[in-house]
Amino acid sequence: MKNFLLADSIISPLGFGTEANLENLRNSKSALQLQPANNRFPNGYYAGIIDEDVLDVNFEKIGKISSLTKLEKMMILAIQDVLNSSAIDLENLGLVMATTKGNIDLITSNNFEGDRVQLWKLGEVIASFFKIKSKPIIVSNACISGGLAVKVANDLIRAGKCKHALVVAGDLVSEFVMAGFQSFQAISPFPCRPFSNDRAGISLGEAAAALLIGPKANSHSNIQYVNVCTANDANHISGPSRNGEGLVQAVSRVLENSNLKSDCLDYISAHGTATIYNDEMEAIAFNRLGLQEVPLNSFKGYYGHTLGASALIETILTKHALQNNELLKSLNYTAAGVSKSLKIIKENFKTDLKLALNTASGFGGCNLAMLLKKEI
Amino acid sequence: MNDLYIQNNLVCRSSEIWKNKALFFKSEENDDLKAFLKKAYQYIEMDYPKFFKMDNLSKLAILNFEILIQNEKIQDPALVFANSNSSLDTDQKFQKSTATFASPALFVYTLPNIMLGEISIKHTLRSENIFLISKEFNPSLYTQYVSQLFQDKNISETVCGWVDLHNSEYDVLLCRITRNGEVKFTEENLQKLYDQPHE
Repeated sequence: MKNFLLADSIISPLGFGTEANLENLRNSKSALQLQPANNRFPNGYYAGIIDEDVLDVNFEKIGKISSLTKLEKMMILAIQDVLNSSAIDLENLGLVMATTKGNIDLITSNNFEGDRVQLWKLGEVIASFFKIKSKPIIVSNACISGGLAVKVANDLIRAGKCKHALVVAGDLVSEFVMAGFQSFQAISPFPCRPFSNDRAGISLGEAAAALLIGPKANSHSNIQYVNVCTANDANHISGPSRNGEGLVQAVSRVLENSNLKSDCLDYISAHGTATIYNDEMEAIAFNRLGLQEVPLNSFKGYYGHTLGASALIETILTKHALQNNELLKSLNYTAAGVSKSLKIIKENFKTDLKLALNTASGFGGCNLAMLLKKEI
Repeated sequence: MNDLYIQNNLVCRSSEIWKNKALFFKSEENDDLKAFLKKAYQYIEMDYPKFFKMDNLSKLAILNFEILIQNEKIQDPALVFANSNSSLDTDQKFQKSTATFASPALFVYTLPNIMLGEISIKHTLRSENIFLISKEFNPSLYTQYVSQLFQDKNISETVCGWVDLHNSEYDVLLCRITRNGEVKFTEENLQKLYDQPHE
């Protein structure tokens, strides 16, 4: 039994709703803006941050803003947008949530009850807003969370636990994660430049996304979820493996389990965070897999790294790439900057697409490979 | 899922470690977590200096994993882990450090799945990983996910884990799931293991 990616929404600085986001991506707009200086960043820093006033104006149409955190409002708006576009029986809906740090900004705030910082509480708040009865399943597996949640959702339907499953993901640009990545000296002084020779680290972004998965294609989508595999690098908890072994294994397994060969791939949505070592690791892995001629991009130049949301956002964007036969350029790419060649997409173009690979890697040595296919 | 079995299990709480329902190790009741972990580490003669760089959550995971598989040959088990409090214990420590000098050594441990990375490094596992969050121990999370994983013929075993830490209270259940055995891998049996008394 195969499931389809039926409806989706992205809530980001580039727009509220997938279409608004796509419009900005096509025009090469980036969410990454210079943010005001603070003690930690005397010259400011580049990040993609959602204007909370704009968020509240949008949110007031569906709920009370005072009782919810910024992240909760973002996630709820994403889900509401998906529900608006599809007639779904909430009684028979599974909910899967992906986040790395959830409401971590509450760790120093007294505005909400103590347990609001807990990830399970975030799940409860979201489910109760929509009166979804089934207990949400929460995935917190670093930067592959959003993709892994899609696998969990697919499994739920396959196991007969629900008819449709809704995946929601979100993370904030919090003081907490900014301090953390800066302690690693991993924050780029300019908007991140994935795979470029002058890349100098990540930019962070915040966003929420939602994706509805179900067993039947509809007039809006014939994009099929094929499979997801993960593999650990077994190498280092905060640095990518030098030879890309974990990513190689994740991709080879997902192809093998789906009886597909690497030469069937039309497109790769790579992780491409723009750190020196991550992008190099991906280049080595894709070359070991013989994928150096497959058109590839990273969406981090548009959104920054949205952590637990990023792999779901990229799943959604890959879905639309397949649907529209449209590839978007890897924004902020300057010149080749990895030791193995890759076919980085330099200009937007239209081409026939059937099968796409979406990859993600994260702290803890985790790697994920997802295949999406257009059913014709 | 009928073909899956709980091969062996481990419970660790309040200064005690129980393996396959027998007391494996006990330290002084008043020992704090740090003392308990160190004594258990010495008891199994673990000799793994990296251990002392880990946060308490990863220490709990790697130490108990070691005891679970002691004297056994494992075959690249998938790791399906969960807890309630994520990495909040270390999150709070990292947050404190940001007032003076944000510590990168603490920041890396502010994700619960880091324990999967630590276990994978120690045992060179390049297997499937997932980390889930649930308010309370929920056996259906494991049975659902694991039964789907085993549909992949290349997967021969999985270790399911609940490794939780909050306000120095710790709560660990590890189970090795295989295709052969006697105790069936069901929600009921998992819950029974989690509930097992430990007087």
